[in-house]
Amino acid sequence: MKLKSTLENYLFVLPAVAIFSIFYIYPFLKVFQLSFFDWDGIVAFKDAIPVGWENFKEILVDRIWWQSMWNAGYITVIALIFQNALAFLLAWACDREIRAKNFYRVVFFIPPVLSEIVVGLVWQWILDGNYGLLNQWLAHFGLGHLARNWLSDPKTTLTAVAAVHCWKGFGWGFLIFLAGLQTIPRELYEAARVDGANAWQAFRKITMPMMVPVAVLVAVLTVLGTMQAFVLIIAMTGGGPAYHTQVPVLRILASMQGSSRFGYACAQGISFGVILVAISFIQYRFSHKARQI
Amino acid sequence: MRFNRLLSKCLILPIVLPLFFFAAACSTKKQEAKTSITVWHWMTDREPAFQELAKRYQARTGIKVNFELYAPSDAYSQKVRAAAQGVNLPDIFGILGEKRDFASFIKAGHILELTPYMEENNAAWKNSFFAKALAINEFDAGNNYGVKAGIYGAPIDVMTIQMLYNKKLFRELGLNPRKPPATFQELLDIGRKLKEKNMQGLVSGWGEVWMIDCFANNYGFNIMGRDKVVATIKGEVPYTDPDWVRVLNLFKEMQEAGVLANGIVTMINKTAEQLFSNDKAVFAFNGSWCVNVYRNMSPALDYGAFLPPAASEKFPMAIWGGAGSSFMVNARSKNKEEAVKFLRWLTDRDQQTYLAEATNNLPANKNSAGKISEILSQFSKGMENATHPNIWGASEFPAVIEAWDKGIQSIIIGERTPEQVAQEVQRIKERELAKRK
Repeated sequence: MKLKSTLENYLFVLPAVAIFSIFYIYPFLKVFQLSFFDWDGIVAFKDAIPVGWENFKEILVDRIWWQSMWNAGYITVIALIFQNALAFLLAWACDREIRAKNFYRVVFFIPPVLSEIVVGLVWQWILDGNYGLLNQWLAHFGLGHLARNWLSDPKTTLTAVAAVHCWKGFGWGFLIFLAGLQTIPRELYEAARVDGANAWQAFRKITMPMMVPVAVLVAVLTVLGTMQAFVLIIAMTGGGPAYHTQVPVLRILASMQGSSRFGYACAQGISFGVILVAISFIQYRFSHKARQI
Repeated sequence: MRFNRLLSKCLILPIVLPLFFFAAACSTKKQEAKTSITVWHWMTDREPAFQELAKRYQARTGIKVNFELYAPSDAYSQKVRAAAQGVNLPDIFGILGEKRDFASFIKAGHILELTPYMEENNAAWKNSFFAKALAINEFDAGNNYGVKAGIYGAPIDVMTIQMLYNKKLFRELGLNPRKPPATFQELLDIGRKLKEKNMQGLVSGWGEVWMIDCFANNYGFNIMGRDKVVATIKGEVPYTDPDWVRVLNLFKEMQEAGVLANGIVTMINKTAEQLFSNDKAVFAFNGSWCVNVYRNMSPALDYGAFLPPAASEKFPMAIWGGAGSSFMVNARSKNKEEAVKFLRWLTDRDQQTYLAEATNNLPANKNSAGKISEILSQFSKGMENATHPNIWGASEFPAVIEAWDKGIQSIIIGERTPEQVAQEVQRIKERELAKRK
């Protein structure tokens, strides 16, 4: 009877395990295996040339790869600071008793549900140096001297891409922050008010500590999401001009499609994955310590 | 308890049902294989014409031809590679990529050699094509790719990539609309006029980089000749050679003179086509496929095509051209004989005429009697100057091509000098050569 029950239990999880193994574990192991080969993705895999750790060694000296990491890091830092600050402020505002707060909740969540390609193309049009709306507005308000080719100028292109990424992504943070704010018992605020605390003190002593776990979650999701951003960049700049908006996923794609170096692309994917896991782990440890303080 | 038993039985369904559908799908495929040919392609603009031709072929032979469109071209390219790995390529398909990729497909046994079919009846099929169009699908004896000499694909159209100019804007600039610039200096002089009138000059998909490569290669041929270009690819001449620095310098000169449109370094070709067709740019650098694109975007557009203006008199100007799109037959297909017959029919005079007229592309069949427009005729004249990396007998390393193209972008944005870019490209070239050893 016990054996039957155990078998039944296994039967329950079997479909999930099978699907997970076929679509996640096997591809992951295959990517790991491929990263030790020189393979163009066309000839039969049995004819691929084993190269040991060569692909990984090449990554260490691949300047463009590290520049792409730097670019992704820059966008991530901007997203962590500005995107999340904006998301938190708007969530905080919508959590209060303001008029039309449901309307704002819907409006703030529109950018994340839009297609990244569409958002990229619309912003490309807005930021266009010749016929873009932004430059036209600047000229209209007498700030024509600030007009520039936002996406082709190496000084502004990465920041422009980062700004659009923040605009596209803040809605997720907004939603999670709002859900977190709504879990804080209202009695705490009432008790604080009775004790004579002002709004700032209530925010600092109740809202902020209670929101730390949520902020950690949003920060981890922001880092993972932003480091892997690429559709928006493809649509806006294609990774250019030169290498100014290249990000790791674009480099992996370039190795795979542009250079037909599947093995190297897999090694880049593995390295990138390891870096992301390491960043998330550090972030988690850091926030865990911050919570204890 | 009864519920649990029922549930455990239900759990079998997700496993059994897909197997059932899989088996059903396989059996359907087998039945279809006897009477149909499957063709994969990426050519959105040609899809209606292909469907019409498929109907005509079925009416004639009873064989159904399924044209399956997978666009954009990047997605198509990935699909073909994935299918090659799964050994489930369709009966007929095209390959997007360099000659090196083409060779890999052949060596992996995915592509049928068409030479015996081409040589039948005193090489009637072979001789029906423009030689330059067929050359792209040919491998010579002793080629660097280790492929057996022969013909491995059939071109369905030809193309050339040239400069275009807007005649209306030429008039506004006070220029003769029948006289596009013939020398590089004349082009630079027009650039200065463009600056004065605050007009946009040359637009092209240089954000997608391969078109920069094409433009630079044209001038490589013009300044140093074919042999030196090929010698550079083979590693016998460095990119730091003064001739190559001169090629890079042309981009700097164009930028400084105002020839290049703002934002060209991140511009995709679709945007360039929109700007040119809306009279917002004086010049474009585009392939003959653009005739159909411009016709759809702006039927009244008044423009002409011309060879890129020469920067040197030492060697003739060359442009990329030859086979626009080609189809290959799957060597493992059970229908390969039928597929070859269909391909032969598709590239026959009447079908080529229809394709040319319906899609505004240049036919690959030189006997095609289709009426072509004046602008297409200008493009076709460029075939005399046409060349293509796929017929040079050597391929540059992708990493070098990328460094070269991105380097040109950085020259245009004023970040680096031609000399710096040449040195960087040569450094990568040496690194890749060392890897090969």
